[in-house]
Amino acid sequence: MRRELLSVTGAEGIGPYTLLRVARGRLDAGVPGQFFMLEAPGRVLPRPMSLCSASPRELTFLIDPIGPGTRALCSLGSRDKLHILGPLGNGFDLEVERPLLVGGGIGVAPLPRLSEALGGPPAVLGFRSDWHAEAAALVPNAETCIEPILVTKLLPEERHDVLACGPAPMLEAVRSLAPAAQLAWEAPMACGYGACHGCAVEIGGELRRLCVEGPVLRRGGTEHGGTRGSPVSPLLRRAGSTDRAGAPVSVLVQMHR
Amino acid sequence: MNLPLLVNASGCLDALAAPDVTRTLEAYVTKTITPEPREGNPPVRIAETGAGMLNSIGLANPGRERFLGQTLPRLRELGVPLWVSVGGFAATEYAETCAALDGRAGVAAIELNLSCPNVNEAPESAAEIVLACRNATELPLYAKLSPATWDLAETARAVEAAGADGLSLVNTLRGLALDPVTLRPLLAAATGGYSGPALKPVALAAVFACARAVRLPLVGMGGVSTGIDVLELIAAGASTVALGTVLFSDPAAPARIREELATEVVRRGIKHPCDTLGFAHSSLQMGDSSLDNGLRKMPGNSVKATA
Repeated sequence: MRRELLSVTGAEGIGPYTLLRVARGRLDAGVPGQFFMLEAPGRVLPRPMSLCSASPRELTFLIDPIGPGTRALCSLGSRDKLHILGPLGNGFDLEVERPLLVGGGIGVAPLPRLSEALGGPPAVLGFRSDWHAEAAALVPNAETCIEPILVTKLLPEERHDVLACGPAPMLEAVRSLAPAAQLAWEAPMACGYGACHGCAVEIGGELRRLCVEGPVLRRGGTEHGGTRGSPVSPLLRRAGSTDRAGAPVSVLVQMHR
Repeated sequence: MNLPLLVNASGCLDALAAPDVTRTLEAYVTKTITPEPREGNPPVRIAETGAGMLNSIGLANPGRERFLGQTLPRLRELGVPLWVSVGGFAATEYAETCAALDGRAGVAAIELNLSCPNVNEAPESAAEIVLACRNATELPLYAKLSPATWDLAETARAVEAAGADGLSLVNTLRGLALDPVTLRPLLAAATGGYSGPALKPVALAAVFACARAVRLPLVGMGGVSTGIDVLELIAAGASTVALGTVLFSDPAAPARIREELATEVVRRGIKHPCDTLGFAHSSLQMGDSSLDNGLRKMPGNSVKATA
């Protein structure tokens, strides 16, 4: 992990979201699904964000402005600078035969880079409005649905290696249909590197730090710190619902206000 | 024992997860160890507030036996002096852990967590717990006190009389944050320990009061994020300063703060940050011998007369 002060090179609106572009500096882009801690101007704690895309000169982050920290990040412009720490956590296992990407709401954020790494596999995406669904343009080969149609309706019958990111209820629904799916979860984090124990969720029957064990977990997988059994419990569901705040599903995946 | 200048606040750094960060400190303070393993509080465990953050981790730790058998040997390999934070729910529990730590290689000191806002407290007073531990170990004992008491100086004096070798000031304050939409607590445990920038004046006041009350070295902590913050706590009477919440946002903070301190030392024409020890008191109590003696007693520091 490395922390650098990087320059914002641009910020553009995509539906309700903001695609924040920063000069890459010497940061390693990591594996798709890993995350970075972004300094949120004026806030005490940084915000964890997965990398949307990476080029040799630029990193991009797709951010939903749902609270003071994310709003501050989305209001950054060229000539602003921010500290970014990463890459952190464990990303997706890219050794898959027949990948299918599944995304919900702002959970689409890591999928452009994941899609690129996997050669543009098919993707199914769910959003809560046409406006939010503008972000689907970032993911090649994507089929999109709008609530009340749920993304699980778009899952094909035939077997795929599912890689998913989205709100906890969506991930649970995906897992029930594709038990071996790789799922990128979320929990509130203060540090992102194992120091604070704030992001503990129940993994394999005990409370463990999602930043160290995840954020990508796979049922029975051993590559993510030996997770076993059903990776995420009602405790995480509770974590998700706590931040639901009466808001639509696509907010849930970005708990970091 | 040479007093370290910069350490971490207990529970704010996992040395095994971030060994490189740990090596930038002069001593590593462990997460609090209790006799039995503790899973900690259910999530959600942290929430940011306007000027700080709340945590309700709940003393998650592997328990004394696993700490001694598995964690401590790995911590020792880091080559950083270890301060083991000890917790419990009765004076005997604290004392048993202190006895088990006594004579262990690598352990430089024990910090008694007498003030975690996220768990039930031991029924005994801070002084009773310190006394029990004093009889159990030769290791330096630091009593970590809560600022949420109406006369901290009195507690400090009682703890000193019971045999403490130093005080750690301060632990977090209990706080509550509500979701602005649902008006329900953001934390599953409802309340948590409040830390971050908002705590700095509280920490300064506690260090300031205890520097006048006791002759013990003080570890100051609470809202420290810059070299100037460190210098202020030293001026209030702390000879060691601990970094807490700032480590969450900036794991490189110790190195940066050290650079800032070096700049301040040059700018002020002093030799060492601790040359400012007790400066905050000088204009207020010229010639107060108890303060001077208390500060002079701190080993490892060159102390200027404050009068």
